[in-house]
Amino acid sequence: MKGMSVIVKKVAQLLSGLIFMYGVYIITHGHLTPGGGFAGGALLAGSMILLVLAFGSDVMGLKKRETGSSIIENSAILVFILFATIAMLVGTRVFFHNFLPGGTLGELISAGVIPLYNIFVGMEVGAALFTIFLALVIYKEEVLK
Amino acid sequence: MSQLIPLFVIIPLVAAFLIPIIGKFLEGFQKVLTSVAFLSLSVLTVYFICAGTGEPLLYTVGGWEPVRGIPIAIYLVADGLSIFMLAITSVVGFLVSVYSISYLNRFTAQNNFFALLCLMMGGMNGVVLSGDLFNLFVFMEIAVIASYALVAFGIEKQELEASFKYQVLGGIASVLILFGVTMLYWKTKTLNIADAGNILRTSQDKSFVVFTQLFLITGFGLKAALIPFHAWLPDAHSSAPSPISAMLSGVLIKAIGIYAIIRLFFNMFTLSDEMAVTITALGAVSMVLGSFLAMYQWDIKRMLAFSSISQVGYIVTGIGMGMIILARNGDQRVAALAISGGLFHMINHAAFKGLLFLNAGAIEHETHTRNMKSLGGLSRSMPITASTSMGASLAISGVPPFNGFFSKLIIIIAAIQGKFYLLAALAVLISIVTLAYFMKFQKYTFFNRQGARDRKKIKEVPFAMCFSMIVLAVLCLGLSLLIFPGIREVVLDPAVRVIMNASEYAPSITGF
Repeated sequence: MKGMSVIVKKVAQLLSGLIFMYGVYIITHGHLTPGGGFAGGALLAGSMILLVLAFGSDVMGLKKRETGSSIIENSAILVFILFATIAMLVGTRVFFHNFLPGGTLGELISAGVIPLYNIFVGMEVGAALFTIFLALVIYKEEVLK
Repeated sequence: MSQLIPLFVIIPLVAAFLIPIIGKFLEGFQKVLTSVAFLSLSVLTVYFICAGTGEPLLYTVGGWEPVRGIPIAIYLVADGLSIFMLAITSVVGFLVSVYSISYLNRFTAQNNFFALLCLMMGGMNGVVLSGDLFNLFVFMEIAVIASYALVAFGIEKQELEASFKYQVLGGIASVLILFGVTMLYWKTKTLNIADAGNILRTSQDKSFVVFTQLFLITGFGLKAALIPFHAWLPDAHSSAPSPISAMLSGVLIKAIGIYAIIRLFFNMFTLSDEMAVTITALGAVSMVLGSFLAMYQWDIKRMLAFSSISQVGYIVTGIGMGMIILARNGDQRVAALAISGGLFHMINHAAFKGLLFLNAGAIEHETHTRNMKSLGGLSRSMPITASTSMGASLAISGVPPFNGFFSKLIIIIAAIQGKFYLLAALAVLISIVTLAYFMKFQKYTFFNRQGARDRKKIKEVPFAMCFSMIVLAVLCLGLSLLIFPGIREVVLDPAVRVIMNASEYAPSITGF
């Protein structure tokens, strides 16, 4: 896949940062506002997909990136399971129990473990969608060769 | 003890996500981890069976207590039937993972294979343990999506086509099931199976219930490959790598198809005569047509796949007869006999059909063909494969003293006692037809010497594959012991009791 023109590249560069930040915002405010890990993760993946589309696949060394994002994806979900399992060992000892203090309603740092779950779900979804996209691109490149 | 229930889901999921990371750097890690994980699941199941309590074990995920008697948490329920299913999944899963250690050597991307296998296992265990309609659906999708990828694992033309067909029909089934779950949620305002059962028992809206039941039976019938819905099974089960075929035929169609039908139609809906007759009819049609279709196959795995349809028909017929008797307030003892025959045949089928698919894999591993016409004379060069597959063939055709004989006998006796003479006659007839096509399999593959030229190079398969086949062959004989009262009361009776006392499931969970 070849890259696009200078204008597209520049605009994509400018936009992708904003989209990424917006994704992070949606994820971290998941317990306060609509959205959360899944929606924000999709935005994270979107910002990176935008860059790959604008700059083309030759520049980016896609295979390495695919390995990286697949490792991030797996570790994120492992941490997610780890949090759920830690809850079996502390406090009331129940799987998926919210073992951190709740905090005050409406604060950014509140709701116990839920923001942490959101963050790792966001990482997982973003990395997974990006991996799927890369797998499709790599497959197409290999077929064209 | 109920503290241990989530481990059945946690262990395979953690294994599934550790494999892609550590397996990249450590040679052989994926094989060891999968086998160890499945072995620990088997040990856990044996512990649960031995400790067997009469009451179902409850686990509320997240620790949310019921509010005014209405359950709000996601429930995991381990009662007799769930533990019985867990025994099937984890033991067959362990043997399949050991078998795959050698079988997979000619494939690349082994990490993906083992990760998907663990994911499928986690999904099936989740389906079996879930006490919640929507989680049942989600875990079912985890298991099924992993199996789509595993069917296509060979990425040849045939495998991709089979996987695509499987995905399309599986997708339709999932939509139907989701629609059924949505309808139930809309009507009962709850997703908990026990709570929904309580509400449906007092519900007057009969047409709504029948409408939902039809959606669910079509969806789960597609997953269980009962006959009008069977089109995907012969392709999918014959194109998958052989250990996966063993897993799909031996375990998956039971855990997400038959188990779900039993759980929902006995424990959630109140028993109705029409549904019982429908289920029995589906089972009987599968039993008859599946075996006749299997007779004409020359591809070993395709024949086994059609035979799976036929044997699943036996299981569903047995359970359906029990359902009819219960719905008509007939003799409880006959109903219990029919249901225990069905469940007994379910565990037996997992053993011998798993073994037969592993045999087919061993044959393909050595000769690189599955066509019976070009095989022959393997009994001399592959003695272990030949003897174990002989045992499995005799077991599936119902020859004493193998396990298949006893379960079929129980089903036939129950059919006669319950005055289903036609079904009894069909069960006997189909048993003979089954014997016929397995004789054909034995003759053309292992004894016919005509095609046996150029067979010098063929050797017995490696140890890991032999180990799984021998253990399953011993199980084919050993499961006959389940008819003896002492053992039956520990393994089979708790599961039968859950189905027989269908209306007690909901009160034992919600408390009213």
